[in-house]
Amino acid sequence: MIIDYIGVKEISGSLIVIDDVEGASFEEVVEIRLENGETRQGRIVQIEGKRIVVQVFEGTRGIALNNTRTRLKGHSMEMPLSPEILGRVFDGAGRPMDGLGDIFPQKRLDINGTPINPVSREYPRNYINTGISSIDVLTTLIRGQKLPIFSGSGMKHNELAVQIARQAKISGNKKDKFAIVFAAMGVKNDVAEYFKKSFEDAGVLGRVVMFLNLSNDPVIERILTPRCALTTAEYLAFELGMHILVIMTDMTSYAEALREFSSSKGEIPGRKGYPGYLYSDLASLYERAGMIKGKSGSVTQIPILTMPNDDITHPVPDLTGYITEGQIVLGRDLEGSGIYPPVSILPSLSRLMKDGIGTGYTREDHGALANQLFASYAKVMDARSLASVIGEEELSPSAKRIIEFGKAFESKFINQGANEDRTIIQSLDLGWQLLSYLPREELDRVDDSVLDKYYREQKNKNNEEKC
Amino acid sequence: MGNKDVIYGINGPVVTVKNTRSFSMMEMVYVGHSRLVGEVIGITEDFTTIQVYEETTGLKPLEPIIGMGSPMTVTLGPGIINNIFDGIQRPLKAIEEKSGDFIARGSSVDSLDETKTWDVTITVEVGQELSPGTCYAECPETSIVKHRCMIPPNLSGTVEKIAENGQHKVNDTIIVLKDKKGIEHKLSLFQKWPIRIPRPVKKRLPASIPLITGQRVIDTLFPLAKGGAAAVPGGFGTGKTMTQHQLAKWCDADIIVYVGCGERGNEMSQVLSEFSELIDPKSNKPMTERTVLIANTSNMPVAAREASIYTGITLAEYYRDMGYHVAIMADSTSRWAEALREISGRLEEMPAEEGFPAYLPSRLSEFYERAGLTENINNTKGSVTIIGAVSPQGADFSEPVTQNTKRFTRCFWALDKSLAYERHYSAINWVTSYSEYFTDLDPWFIENLGEEFIRYRKEIIAILHEENKLMEIVKLIGSDVLPDDQKLIIETARVIRVGFLQQNAFHADDTFVPLKKQKLMMKVILHLYKRTKQLVTAAIPIARISEKGLFDKLTKMKYDVPNNKLELFDNYINEIDKVFDSIVASH
Repeated sequence: MIIDYIGVKEISGSLIVIDDVEGASFEEVVEIRLENGETRQGRIVQIEGKRIVVQVFEGTRGIALNNTRTRLKGHSMEMPLSPEILGRVFDGAGRPMDGLGDIFPQKRLDINGTPINPVSREYPRNYINTGISSIDVLTTLIRGQKLPIFSGSGMKHNELAVQIARQAKISGNKKDKFAIVFAAMGVKNDVAEYFKKSFEDAGVLGRVVMFLNLSNDPVIERILTPRCALTTAEYLAFELGMHILVIMTDMTSYAEALREFSSSKGEIPGRKGYPGYLYSDLASLYERAGMIKGKSGSVTQIPILTMPNDDITHPVPDLTGYITEGQIVLGRDLEGSGIYPPVSILPSLSRLMKDGIGTGYTREDHGALANQLFASYAKVMDARSLASVIGEEELSPSAKRIIEFGKAFESKFINQGANEDRTIIQSLDLGWQLLSYLPREELDRVDDSVLDKYYREQKNKNNEEKC
Repeated sequence: MGNKDVIYGINGPVVTVKNTRSFSMMEMVYVGHSRLVGEVIGITEDFTTIQVYEETTGLKPLEPIIGMGSPMTVTLGPGIINNIFDGIQRPLKAIEEKSGDFIARGSSVDSLDETKTWDVTITVEVGQELSPGTCYAECPETSIVKHRCMIPPNLSGTVEKIAENGQHKVNDTIIVLKDKKGIEHKLSLFQKWPIRIPRPVKKRLPASIPLITGQRVIDTLFPLAKGGAAAVPGGFGTGKTMTQHQLAKWCDADIIVYVGCGERGNEMSQVLSEFSELIDPKSNKPMTERTVLIANTSNMPVAAREASIYTGITLAEYYRDMGYHVAIMADSTSRWAEALREISGRLEEMPAEEGFPAYLPSRLSEFYERAGLTENINNTKGSVTIIGAVSPQGADFSEPVTQNTKRFTRCFWALDKSLAYERHYSAINWVTSYSEYFTDLDPWFIENLGEEFIRYRKEIIAILHEENKLMEIVKLIGSDVLPDDQKLIIETARVIRVGFLQQNAFHADDTFVPLKKQKLMMKVILHLYKRTKQLVTAAIPIARISEKGLFDKLTKMKYDVPNNKLELFDNYINEIDKVFDSIVASH
């Protein structure tokens, strides 16, 4: 028996309250029909006896106390899935918007997912060669990792994400199936177009599933977008055995949608007005990356977030950093000096890198080289701040060499073309070439045996520079 | 009990029941048809409030709620070690067998494997009077841990009957005990204990033995006592988890309880795979043979995250009662505090600082006070050492969790972002960190390593602090203009930082360094310092000394001297003497 509940009791923000509802279950989907025939979707977010609170995804505009009919759907939010979804475009709530009709589902999955049992997880070890030196050598991306890009407005994070997606070659079996799931949350239409066009240019559009909640789409729907995308990714990875790269942009807009919903529900706010459960909520998204023992597929996430005012201690980047396995931080000073990709090396980190590099994965010197580059580049920063006080001319010869190293490191190693695809060996060799600017005694992070094999000090570097 | 209690309201993990008097505070309940585990956290005349340890999606009003009549308990018996549990002691492997790779809701599985048999030896006789805590049976739990079944703390009496030695399951009756009132109690291999109540001890002993970790910066500069509590605060990426892993691997406790509280799933699978491959140097057995893992990852239900810390510490106390030294790593207590905040918010309690509930400090102090070196009620001696990671928001140590943790722990290992950026690990900052255990532990160090160990440590600390002051000048004008004696401080501090404090967790020898080697390393560094100082005071320029490469050589001695060839340090002393004699001669 299907019952329509007529009218609502209360409307506040994106929430409506309905009385005398029988048999509602928590998080159940409801369909709301307005007088003009329009239907909207909602989700039950609180139950008190027979009174339910419903979150309306498309907003409550036009809803009055007595013009709606509400129907319980009897299940929680689900995503219809089949292998045919590759190449399709959906809106933020998982409805097809490319005019190609509905999905004929093989399976319907709850978009909230369930946590992967920690004992079923396979510890990720295979690295993904992105062809970008700063990432491959210093913050290596591992299959099954969640590695966000921390950026700021106006920086080239989208270009970087596209380059990663285009160049990402997964080491190991070349025949492995690879696909991209793209979730846009509150981004501008041109950004979504840029991604679409880039995928098209790279000839991979047939292997991309897009979920678009643009900046003028309903805000509350944004809470569903990453969940729909990740449910799709899990289906493709763990049921169909594909390697999935999930790009989610922009997580800051997502968190803002969550804040809006929380405040309309009258919850006690935590830091900067974000709800106290922001950590748990973000974790329920990010933790859906990974690999499972005995299954061939994987979910790798590259969430992109713009740090408001470039502040890395803002709750969204801060909590993200605590959940994800590292971060790639973009720096405005590098961006300003025209370096692409503007990866700010020191705060960037990949936590899974240590077990996915070295002998058998990349090359035996990789770990030591990366450590040394980090340590030496940290010295560059010290030397520069000293130079800004006493002037570069007054620096000691060793500090001058360090500054020189820093310049070369930024312009040759970090800087590369948007279409330049370097192999890991090229990138590693480039790293050694730059370390040769420094005297051997200063390389204290590397074993002598490795130094003997790879380090060649530049004796006459002035001559070389003239050449 | 007669009238059925049903769900009235649902809000996230919080469920309310209307008009009931059948529940008591902190009672464990089953919620709904799928029997989700929950706990009563609030009672008023009208409403009873329950926090549910699993996802509440799909729950409906009018579904039944059944009280268990007892508070949230854990099952203590053989089969805990070498196991991995979720926050409410459900073994994750059993859940995997039951519901596959993803955790389904309402998975009811036994905490301990009830089908497995244990080789039990009974250690009491019929007619014997037993007091609380007495061990009545033993069985090898793993190849290195002997499990001792003890009379529960609230029970005593005379043995009526005993079972045969041999193979028994956890549920088998092992002895029958008759108490003073004449009531017979059947005791099997396990007992239950409520997680929020500390297990009783006879008395607490003052800290006197260090927990040896093989990490130089900890053992030498900021030692932790067995039975002590330490906090490891640090922003993301500063190496909290790495530090915790290193301690779990190498510290000299008998049992390790590792609580992954609201952290990453991949980290737990890393611990699982790494620990089963690693061999404990003392016993030559895999690390897992002494480890129990509690994994409540960040995407698992938030209420169970709150419980996981208590589950962990109760398991630790149980093994302490057997006379073991137990170390518990809680990674991270901030997630636990956030779980408190989240539940508190759902209850619409008045928030205190940063939205945390006002009872945050008292909960933290209750937890850290469960650490201690103790004489147990059965006269054995054991300890529980707590090492809690703290993840301060925005790496700001003034936030409430860090500040309150600081009040209740006596060791503070502050992880430093700029050290981590330089990839200087462990990134424990030697200026802001502290240990209050020096005076308690110094007698032990003097007895085992000699009085000079204390002296070396003081000198090392003095040099580091001196360098810290000089660095402010160096930042402004560079190090070239400093006088030679100050240059010497900077140069020696560099050796200490790179050669001593920095430790490579991935290097076979450097990942764990015995105390003796730590002492000899300090000795060599200080020897070089003193010899150089003599020459500098004799107005020989320091550049003449540093060009000999001795300083650089000492930064690599941690790699060059294997842990089992400590006599090689004499060569360093000799070489230093030789070089200096020749400098003096040529001058």
